[in-house]
Amino acid sequence: MTPADWISMALLAAGGAFCVVGAVGMLRMPDFYTRMHAASVIETLGAGLVIAGLMVQAGFTLASAKLAILAALIFFASPTATHALAKAAHERGVEPVLGEGGGEGGK
Amino acid sequence: MRKLSAAVSLFVFWVLLSGYFTPFLLTAGAVCAVAVVAFARRLEVVDPEGHPIDFSGSALRYWPWLGVEIVKSAWDVAKVIVHPRLPISPALVRVPATQKSALGRVVYANSITLTPGTVTIVAGRDEFLVHALTRAGAEGLASGDMDRRVTRFEGARQ
Repeated sequence: MTPADWISMALLAAGGAFCVVGAVGMLRMPDFYTRMHAASVIETLGAGLVIAGLMVQAGFTLASAKLAILAALIFFASPTATHALAKAAHERGVEPVLGEGGGEGGK
Repeated sequence: MRKLSAAVSLFVFWVLLSGYFTPFLLTAGAVCAVAVVAFARRLEVVDPEGHPIDFSGSALRYWPWLGVEIVKSAWDVAKVIVHPRLPISPALVRVPATQKSALGRVVYANSITLTPGTVTIVAGRDEFLVHALTRAGAEGLASGDMDRRVTRFEGARQ
């Protein structure tokens, strides 16, 4: 195994670990909105580290360029999709479970 | 200028996805890129929103900062998830948005959503309704650091 293989393996393992953590979070969280936060761990660190690991594996090739395009797609599309979901839930009257003093206040 | 840049980016995109460098396919790619820009021009979507090259410079400054923020908050959310007591304190907060353009507000709203632990629920004209997983996350957002950076990002064009 070359050093690049080790780096790529570490990145893939870390990415996979964050995906698992995100999945566990989706099961543990109490309501729709909080589950969403768990899912965003998967689409940021989880997907990001897996793609980084694959890019190290592919080296300086077209495959890496495609992986970078994929990362950019996730980077732009996932917040849009998340926001669409959250807004739809809010408009349909899904009430979030709120913590101590978490009411609609602030600034 | 914007049209030229759009055509060149589309052509580069084509080449990267195809991976073939024969004269026929390269020509076909170039023709397609120019044709798409011609159609887009008729649809009037080759504008600062459709192809925002004006922001390239400030994006290169803003994205690394955003990347670091994403990693930090993803780590925080991951810690909350694996914590035995699941120490969440979900909150809804109204966050002021000081951006002038729609594009600036979209960048801010998407940055909030992309950062784990905070999701923009309603993006209004000058304030957003944000759901935060923890009180700390809501307070971090209320400090307005990200808002200021996006406003600077937006103001940096010309």
